[in-house]
Amino acid sequence: MSHWIILPIVLPALLAPFILMVIRHHLDLQRIFSVAGTVALLGIATGLLAHAATGDITVYELGDWPAPFGIVLVLDRLSALMIVLTSLLALAVNLYAIGSGWDARGRHFHALFQFQLMGVLGAFLTGDAFNLFVFFEVLLIASYGLMIHGGGKRRLQAGVQYVVYNLLGSTLFLFALGTLYAVTGTLNMADLAVRVAELPAEETALLRVGAVLLLLVFAIKAAVLPLHFWLPASYANAPLPVAALFAIMTKVGAYAILRMYTLVFGPDVSVTQGLVGDWLLPAALLTLAVGSIGVLGAREIGRLMAFAAIASMGTLLVAISLFNPQATAAAVYYIVHSTFAAALMFLIADLVMERRGGEIIAQRPMPQTGLIAALFFAGSIAVAGMPPLSGFLGKLLVMDAARDSDQVWLIWAVILISSLITIVGLARAGSILFWESHDAAHVREPEPEPEPHEDEAEVEIAPKAPALPVVACFLLLSGLIALTVFAGPMMDYASATAAQLFAPVDYLDTVLRRTP
Amino acid sequence: MEILVATAVGLLTSAGIYLILRQRTFPVILGISLISYAVNIFLFASGRLVVGLPPILRDEAVAYTDPLPQALALTAIVISFGMTALIVMIALSAYLSDNDDRIDMDDVSDLQDNDA
Repeated sequence: MSHWIILPIVLPALLAPFILMVIRHHLDLQRIFSVAGTVALLGIATGLLAHAATGDITVYELGDWPAPFGIVLVLDRLSALMIVLTSLLALAVNLYAIGSGWDARGRHFHALFQFQLMGVLGAFLTGDAFNLFVFFEVLLIASYGLMIHGGGKRRLQAGVQYVVYNLLGSTLFLFALGTLYAVTGTLNMADLAVRVAELPAEETALLRVGAVLLLLVFAIKAAVLPLHFWLPASYANAPLPVAALFAIMTKVGAYAILRMYTLVFGPDVSVTQGLVGDWLLPAALLTLAVGSIGVLGAREIGRLMAFAAIASMGTLLVAISLFNPQATAAAVYYIVHSTFAAALMFLIADLVMERRGGEIIAQRPMPQTGLIAALFFAGSIAVAGMPPLSGFLGKLLVMDAARDSDQVWLIWAVILISSLITIVGLARAGSILFWESHDAAHVREPEPEPEPHEDEAEVEIAPKAPALPVVACFLLLSGLIALTVFAGPMMDYASATAAQLFAPVDYLDTVLRRTP
Repeated sequence: MEILVATAVGLLTSAGIYLILRQRTFPVILGISLISYAVNIFLFASGRLVVGLPPILRDEAVAYTDPLPQALALTAIVISFGMTALIVMIALSAYLSDNDDRIDMDDVSDLQDNDA
């Protein structure tokens, strides 16, 4: 049996205590090990992706216990893609945190960072519902530490809210799992799928309760309206590079919805048929609408980006809630896009915040305005879904997939109008931040700095502003560009992923060791 | 016995929810603790309630109780214990930094704080 599958969990799990216990007083060593670990993770993830791309489903039985009795890790196309996505994001965020010095503003940044990665990757790999809960807790407890990294009054208050909200979510998760176990007698996802399909119709009332409770839990994680209240305050007050890493956490919720409601409560299961799609679609449309209105109304750049992230989750969940292969393929494409785009926007927000504070008002111009404005412009195009970047393709795919739905006009209207509102909101924020600043300075100071030419700005700013944060931003931006340029191969992979998700027989056979 | 366990779960949950809706952090933390006790009992009961039966293989045993929910409840207890300790620490430092343990953040006053 190949042990490669468990490496993405073991590597950060060993690295984090090592950083914590052996090199806790050596920031440089911590940085080196953390980046090296993330790069190694990316390598492993790419290898796993290459393996999963052949269509094989690989199972890793922990302790060699066969499936319904022991915990299994399962690698299929979807989980492999999510792992690669996580490690790419982690690399960019790590470089940014080092370059901007965020990791030195509190203690144990890199240890918490690695624990967070362990939880996220574990959640993507596990094939057991209770194990999913455990990995959720691992990623949450690390995120609590990261969220209040650096301290400060407002951040701690926001941290308390965030922790309380997520603790309630965890309790709800346990109630859901208890209900499912009471009905089916198993928590292995593959075994659950088999038992749920076999359950007689009169015993399914509790099962429906369990399914809806579970959906609520994942909806909290994915920040679906009306369960999104934790997100703006938390993300806007967290250190913004950490918020960029948290871009993957909402995707964990989306991934869990996609996994559980294709595998266990799939479209063919009669007892829960229509249950999820009927509830999720209106909620997703509302999420999208409120997210874009929030973008328009935000007075602070952190909240602006948080609402942009909510809006992109809305689009993603519209695609997921349609529950057909074409829409799911679009969702898989959009997951990748929206993770990169949201993270990029949070990093840019941090660049702005470090230079001139978070409020969206006209102030004196900041150093490197041209460069940051260009990045903001590119990021906004991606987030709002304008051509030529991948957000446009993603939204086009989602809308194309919605064409057969009964509510096609509603879906199209909400997506298009909210895109327009988002564009207006981002344009407003961008022009206040980057253009009005110059005007305001012009009024106050008769001799403002000359328009920064590329070379001059470089020479002047270079000793003050390190290049690494900008490199990290460009890494994410190049991810978006690659996603646009290689949209064809990417869509082939996404379609294959959707096909695999909607034909779970392979998954069940492999995990339960049935011979087909 | 089912009635007793069910009432216990119900009472703990409703008391917990009432406390969570309070404005200060201390009752909210108490409420979360109560709900996590409720969920532990609920998990324990999800394997059906029996009295005096062993959870592991024995030669003389006539029947068994389901051992898995006990393991789940143990895991849940450990996790909720750690989480409660953590939130007490975070709430304490939030209180010490502001001399105020309100759980909600007033956005208007926050913006004014930023201006100042």
